[in-house]
Amino acid sequence: MANGTAQNSITLRTDAWWISPLITAIVLGSFGIYSTWRAFSNVDFLVQPYLSPFYSPYILASWWPFSPALLILWAPLGFRATCYYYRKAYYRSFFLAPPGCAVKPLAKEGSYTGESKFPFIIQNIHRYFFYAAGVVLFFLWVDAFHALWFADGFGIGLGTIILFVNVLLLSMYSLSCHSFRHLVGGKLDVFSKCPTRFRLWEKVSGWNENHMLWAWVSLFSVALADLYIFLLAKGIITDVRFI
Amino acid sequence: MSVAKLRIYRGDSDGGQEVEYEVPVEEGTVVLDAIHFVQANYDGDLAVRWNCKAGKCGSCSAEINGMPKLTCKTRLDTLPLDKPITVHPLKTFPIIKDLVTDVSWNYEVRKKIPPFKYPEDTDWKMQQVDVERSQEFRKCIECYLCQDVCHVLRNHNKKNEFFGPRMMIKIAELEMHPLDIEDRKEMLREAAGIGYCNITKCCTDVCPESIHITDNAIIPLKERVADTYFDPLQWIIAKVKGS
Ligand code: SF4
Ligand code: SF4
Ligand code: FES
Ligand code: FES
Repeated sequence: MANGTAQNSITLRTDAWWISPLITAIVLGSFGIYSTWRAFSNVDFLVQPYLSPFYSPYILASWWPFSPALLILWAPLGFRATCYYYRKAYYRSFFLAPPGCAVKPLAKEGSYTGESKFPFIIQNIHRYFFYAAGVVLFFLWVDAFHALWFADGFGIGLGTIILFVNVLLLSMYSLSCHSFRHLVGGKLDVFSKCPTRFRLWEKVSGWNENHMLWAWVSLFSVALADLYIFLLAKGIITDVRFI
Repeated sequence: MSVAKLRIYRGDSDGGQEVEYEVPVEEGTVVLDAIHFVQANYDGDLAVRWNCKAGKCGSCSAEINGMPKLTCKTRLDTLPLDKPITVHPLKTFPIIKDLVTDVSWNYEVRKKIPPFKYPEDTDWKMQQVDVERSQEFRKCIECYLCQDVCHVLRNHNKKNEFFGPRMMIKIAELEMHPLDIEDRKEMLREAAGIGYCNITKCCTDVCPESIHITDNAIIPLKERVADTYFDPLQWIIAKVKGS
């Protein structure tokens, strides 16, 4: 039996433990609303030579009556939804399971099954979303290089830089993934027999220490890249050409 | 010299309440010093478990202002002294008296982990790179702060289903050992209940030895379990390699 005689309150913590889950909920919630609206809107995502990351790769299929973004967004969305970092973030801020350390969770005592049962047992296939998101990432790199070719030839605009920064940050997010860390070498018990994999594992482990940072900055960059192209398409701003 | 107000939980399995004491604060005074001051000057029968007063024996765990901490490593000048400081026993384990709880459940669970197993003809030479990962986990001082804060044990009382973070690092230490040949994956998934952990990272937050419990032990173990139970691609690779 847990020690029920002391601390029956929600928590005895006196610090502002609720700030962090609150901010996470607001930011993740805002991103969710913004990206859903943009994914369904099916307009203002292409201003040559820039293509919004929400619509890349751009698939035009006659049999698909909805926004083409919906054909591909499941991959990066699933990748983030099953990401070990985001799991922590949304379990704490949306499911309050628990909202903070040594703070009472929302779920009734004992009712919790975590990731041992449906639906959250599905989190175990995170690596497959890593593969799928890798394919999308490849197309985002293609888009970034495509953004160097304007109607009048080679050039660099603010949009080009934004798309390159975005794909770079997204790449760091993918390369610092826990599943990738496992696949490159983490699964080995004897590193000394596989020196190349050991070196790779060391590199990925270094990036992985900042996985949370890459998760956030790449989330912002992908939304900002889309917003920039949306504003261009709407004619609210005009692109700045450097070359 | 300033003065701090301490509200220490006094009681046993029949119940109890906080009792307020005033203690002097000098530079470097830790909560355990304050508790000893109370023992020496007010209530000699205040029960507290301690041994090294150096953050190494893991005996003096308690909940200070609601957070699981070592009382010998928590300086009073790091806490807000304008309000009384609460000191409670670990919530997750049955209270014996005042700040002393019965943590024997942990030792029982520990016995369920299959020990190190090596092949008959073992060559005992090992490379540093191969044992380094396990060495991080050997820093554990068995303070059980991580077991205390883990909501699976603390709030949902899943002591029959989940071994807890301290045991996860013990399993990781053995599983990642270059010479160990025991397979603990089935146990991890079933008896040890790794699926119950939702990687909300409170164990890592409270560990006084700064062991990366989630990133370096639980997540890599979850990935190893995924290899065996949730990844058809890995099954095929294992089949091909095996034949
Ligand atoms: S990360 Fe897992 S083991 Fe650690 S406290 Fe959270 S649920 Fe418990
Ligand atoms: S892992 Fe850290 S918090 Fe847990 S028992 Fe060991 S030293 Fe204490
Ligand atoms: S763990 Fe975050 S992307 Fe894989
Ligand atoms: S008294 Fe030994 S760890 Fe605190």
